[in-house]
Amino acid sequence: MEKEKKEDIFKKSEEFLQLFQKTKEFMEELLNENARLRYKIATIETKGTSSDTEYYQKQLQELQHNVKKLINEKKELEEQYKEVEKENKDFATRYVEIEEQNNNLANLYVASYQLHSTLDFSEVLRIVMEIIINLVGAEVFSVMLFDEKANNLKIVANEGLEDHSNDIIELGEGIIGSVAKTGEPYYINQSLELSIDIDFLHPLACIPLKIKEHVIGVICIYKLFVQKEGFSAVDYELFNLLAGHAATAIFSAKLYTQSERKLSTIQGFLDLLTSAPT
Amino acid sequence: MEQLTFLIVEDSPTMRQLLSFSLKRFKGCKIIEAIDGVDALKKIASARVDMILADINMPVMDGLKLITIIRQNPKMKDLPIIIITTEGAEEDRQRGLKLGANAYITKPVQANHLLKTITDLLNNRPIKE
Repeated sequence: MEKEKKEDIFKKSEEFLQLFQKTKEFMEELLNENARLRYKIATIETKGTSSDTEYYQKQLQELQHNVKKLINEKKELEEQYKEVEKENKDFATRYVEIEEQNNNLANLYVASYQLHSTLDFSEVLRIVMEIIINLVGAEVFSVMLFDEKANNLKIVANEGLEDHSNDIIELGEGIIGSVAKTGEPYYINQSLELSIDIDFLHPLACIPLKIKEHVIGVICIYKLFVQKEGFSAVDYELFNLLAGHAATAIFSAKLYTQSERKLSTIQGFLDLLTSAPT
Repeated sequence: MEQLTFLIVEDSPTMRQLLSFSLKRFKGCKIIEAIDGVDALKKIASARVDMILADINMPVMDGLKLITIIRQNPKMKDLPIIIITTEGAEEDRQRGLKLGANAYITKPVQANHLLKTITDLLNNRPIKE
């Protein structure tokens, strides 16, 4: 009985040892598996991080490249915009200039057209006065013609100079006489002296009326309208036009009027002869 | 756009021609000319007029008298009128505007200024002097 018990205990311990052995083996296996897995995870983790960094770095580089490209494009566009803006401004300025030139040409055309629209002496003088008043903007002025016989200048039309309508200027005398003698126009330094009182011998501007180099008279300007601050570029153009065109218009009208007068005298004489009793 | 008719009231043929020249920028516009106020009233009675450009100093009837008559007439009281004159004093300007002129322009006329004033008037915009 005792022996049986001992054998049983031995058997059980044997079984226990076997079980323990098995458990040990299993535990070792588990530990190995665990280590293997840990290694795998560590490998995967290392691998994953490095590829992400690479990916993000690539993306970043691409983005930085794009930003640079866009900045350059922006700069280019800004430059283009500035260029176009400048061009636009230039065009606007040019447009205004052309408009102004166009208007000036219209003034000159109208003045010239009107001057040659008649052969009536007083009508030509009226047109010269209209041009000086309306296109130049002069309030006080005179038109003087050269009397070759008396060798002096006499007023034939004026505005605001009624007290001087009989005044005479000798050729070469003062500013007006010198202009008539030399044929060179005279302009005052207007910005400084426009406000001075009217002095018959000291006009603001004196323009010779010339047919080629032959002076037939002068236009003297003494005062401008209050709204007119000074002479502008177109005024000088008008003066040039008046110097030539007004001179020829006045001269031809004068000749025409004289010939008309002569013709009517001759006609009257002929009528008298033909109607006289035989 | 309907054809515009301008009436230029001016005794100076030079100014009439110059103003006509400037107004031709309004493509297809019609221009009627009158030599004084009386002539202008006759022209207004016989034709449709959209705007008047009138001088002040004229023989027979001056521009101020013309404006007074037009403003008293219920049929014509709203007709736009621009005074174009050599009278540049402020009191003259005020008198012209007080009588009913819509704009006051002094000679020598700057075509750009005149055209802008006309455009503003046609578009009911306030006039900058």
